[in-house]
Amino acid sequence: MKSAVIVFPGSNCDRDMAVALEQATGAKPQMVWHRETELPDGLGLIALPGGFSYGDYLRSGAIGANSPIMREVKAAADRGVAVLGVCNGFQLLTEAGLLPGALLRNAGIDFICRDVALTVASSQTAFTSRYAADEAITIPVAHHDGNYFADADTLDRIEGEGRVAFRYGESVNGSARDIAGIVNEAGNVLGMMPHPERMIEPAHGGTDGKRLFDGLVEALS
Amino acid sequence: MKTRIHVTLKNGVLDPQGKAIHHALESLGFDGVNDVRQGKLIELDLDESVSDDDIEAMCRKLLANMVIENFEIERDHSEAA
Repeated sequence: MKSAVIVFPGSNCDRDMAVALEQATGAKPQMVWHRETELPDGLGLIALPGGFSYGDYLRSGAIGANSPIMREVKAAADRGVAVLGVCNGFQLLTEAGLLPGALLRNAGIDFICRDVALTVASSQTAFTSRYAADEAITIPVAHHDGNYFADADTLDRIEGEGRVAFRYGESVNGSARDIAGIVNEAGNVLGMMPHPERMIEPAHGGTDGKRLFDGLVEALS
Repeated sequence: MKTRIHVTLKNGVLDPQGKAIHHALESLGFDGVNDVRQGKLIELDLDESVSDDDIEAMCRKLLANMVIENFEIERDHSEAA
């Protein structure tokens, strides 16, 4: 399966994401600069990596969400192509309107960089098929603006539709209803603050992130 | 023509930066500060041809995130060159 990683000025997890995608798909992803106006043909998966696109100026993800390639990412998502946004990628997806809500400054103000306990809230998405429902897993976070916010109606809706993929299993950043990752209505776009690409081999301290990529590739094949 | 955009967090949206400023003011000994909310001030230098609707669109599309923020437009025609 062909995959791509979108690279913004200030992305810093793009190469980690590329390693994870190559491990899962067996092929190197194409690295696509954000100024491009076209995506490669035949993509099955697009990843928006972590980092600090445009230095988090204005709001995290706000400037990058208006980069030329994001029009194509939106169009691809509308066609059903899988889109995975991690950390700054999640912020980009909310700013671009592909996912509801927003990521606010962490409730405790501190930048948080450590392994955190997560619970798999839904194993019914294409991204979480290799996990058991309610399974406890460990994946690192590294963010300043990870405090998920949406109004109560939106939260009720995404919870009611089973669109919460991951929740924090401990107090992390003040996120509404402990939400760590959500999917869009069609289920082909996932945004999450934790970094699954940083937990894909034993040397990372665990492989809980690897199953996300393996399960996704299996679901898309 | 200078136009100022005031971007503020909506009521009910947590503002940890405002809270930190509040605590700092208290530790400096300033009494009577009930709450602090931090926002942004964005100054635009615009041609007269830019309409109010255009500015509103700029705010909605980029300058403010309507999920969490409100904006106020302060347009000063007096400085027109």
